[in-house]
Amino acid sequence: MPGNVLSVSRLAKRFGDKVAVDNVSFDIRHNEIVGLLGPNGAGKTTTINMILGVLEPSAGTVRIADLDVASQRARALAYTNFTASYAPLPGNLTVEQNLRFFGLIYDVRNLSTTVTSLIKQFDLQPFRHVKVGVLSSGEQARVSLAKAMLNRPRLLLLDEPTASLDPNVASDIRNMICSFAKQEAVGVLWTSHNMYEVEKVCDRVLFLSHGKILLRGDPKSLPREHGEQTLEDLFITLAREPLSQLAESSYAP
Amino acid sequence: MRLNHTAAILLRQYYLMRGSVARLLPLFAWVAVDILLWGFITRYLNAVSAASFNFVPILLGAVLLWDFFTRVMQGVTTSFLEDVWSRSFLNLFATPLTITEYVGGLVLTSIATSLIGLVVMLVMATSIFGLSYFNFGLVLIPFLLVLFLFGIALGIAGAALVLRLGPASEWFIWPIPAMISPFVGVFYPLSTLPQWMHYIAFLLPPSYVFEGMRAIILGQSFSSSQLLWGVGLAVLYIVLAGWFFIRVYRYAVRTGLLARYSAESAS
Repeated sequence: MPGNVLSVSRLAKRFGDKVAVDNVSFDIRHNEIVGLLGPNGAGKTTTINMILGVLEPSAGTVRIADLDVASQRARALAYTNFTASYAPLPGNLTVEQNLRFFGLIYDVRNLSTTVTSLIKQFDLQPFRHVKVGVLSSGEQARVSLAKAMLNRPRLLLLDEPTASLDPNVASDIRNMICSFAKQEAVGVLWTSHNMYEVEKVCDRVLFLSHGKILLRGDPKSLPREHGEQTLEDLFITLAREPLSQLAESSYAP
Repeated sequence: MRLNHTAAILLRQYYLMRGSVARLLPLFAWVAVDILLWGFITRYLNAVSAASFNFVPILLGAVLLWDFFTRVMQGVTTSFLEDVWSRSFLNLFATPLTITEYVGGLVLTSIATSLIGLVVMLVMATSIFGLSYFNFGLVLIPFLLVLFLFGIALGIAGAALVLRLGPASEWFIWPIPAMISPFVGVFYPLSTLPQWMHYIAFLLPPSYVFEGMRAIILGQSFSSSQLLWGVGLAVLYIVLAGWFFIRVYRYAVRTGLLARYSAESAS
């Protein structure tokens, strides 16, 4: 499958005087997992919200599967799905009801079969008729992932999908995502504060700070290229540098 | 516009109601209580007054129509508030669902829920208190249509207000029917009102319904052009409410309000 599944070009978002995202450009290819890293308030969630069409950019364009999100929002979002720890599914619906509800919105064919298959794939059979709100964090994360895969998206946006999960559950979730991404040749944008996780799953990373992309590259070689031992060391160094120094430092792209 | 997207919004409300007595009961319990209360009041008034007319169609008919109107409005706002309470906006609007389909789903839900209330009211008012639809004739249909359209318009406008001002502003929209009821003459002729209230009544579609209802029951002349004016006003309010909702939605997308509805606790 040639071409980019996501093309973000000169994306910017200003809230009054505050610049949340500043002239950000990047692409994601099919079958590629890209990590979007950065400290709290760096602009990661703002960027994801603009890609999802729930936040209007101040400038720039977002294209999903070659469709402009601003002018062809519904068609572009039909190829997309997402999960975020801060956007839980309606807790007052059961697992099956949630999947059926979102399946209708995503125009999923053979909905009953798809729902049953996802419930099995994500080991949710015991919770099929249980309200999502009473499930544990790990179980809710699995339901959210099942929902995110309902429409077999070409682009999957994962905003801290393993946040607040224990290492065992987080590992399971990571494996599920990676297996799905490989099988379906999906492009994935993955934000995380867990550098071990990022190094393990991401083909490429983008370091965002103060709304700008400061670094991009292979998470395995990037730390050495910038004189750091690990990705976590690199993250801490970048996060602690004030904006004025970042502009003059060797990290500036 | 895809019908299955709109149907999804209705399906969600069905799922919520199916499993919840707290949601099912208000669909008919309060209107049933209203019909009982006002039914007995009308019986009492018929017994003690020397009025030359029957209070049942005048008062009980007015209660029935007014409750139908409030149920229609609340059908839209309550469905919308379910999404506010469950913080579903991000999950909902980051999908191919369009705003027209979403609002269409709220309207569809309101049609379903208000019809349940209407049927309960009609059955009770007829079987217990002898309210006859023949008192109104076929004009009952346009009466209901005007109230339905205006209820939908107020429901959409109320939802837009909550979207714009935040979840706590739901308390602004519950009293809206009570606030407009003195102006539209639910229980008394508009001639009772002072002139300044007349001007407001003139702009409110239910005024034409309740004036028309009383005129028909009392055997007075009722101009169909007045009713047409009421229909026209109600359609105008629907258009304005839809425009207002879309404006607020776009504002919410531009300023980040929509994303913050879900992500307000996110880092």
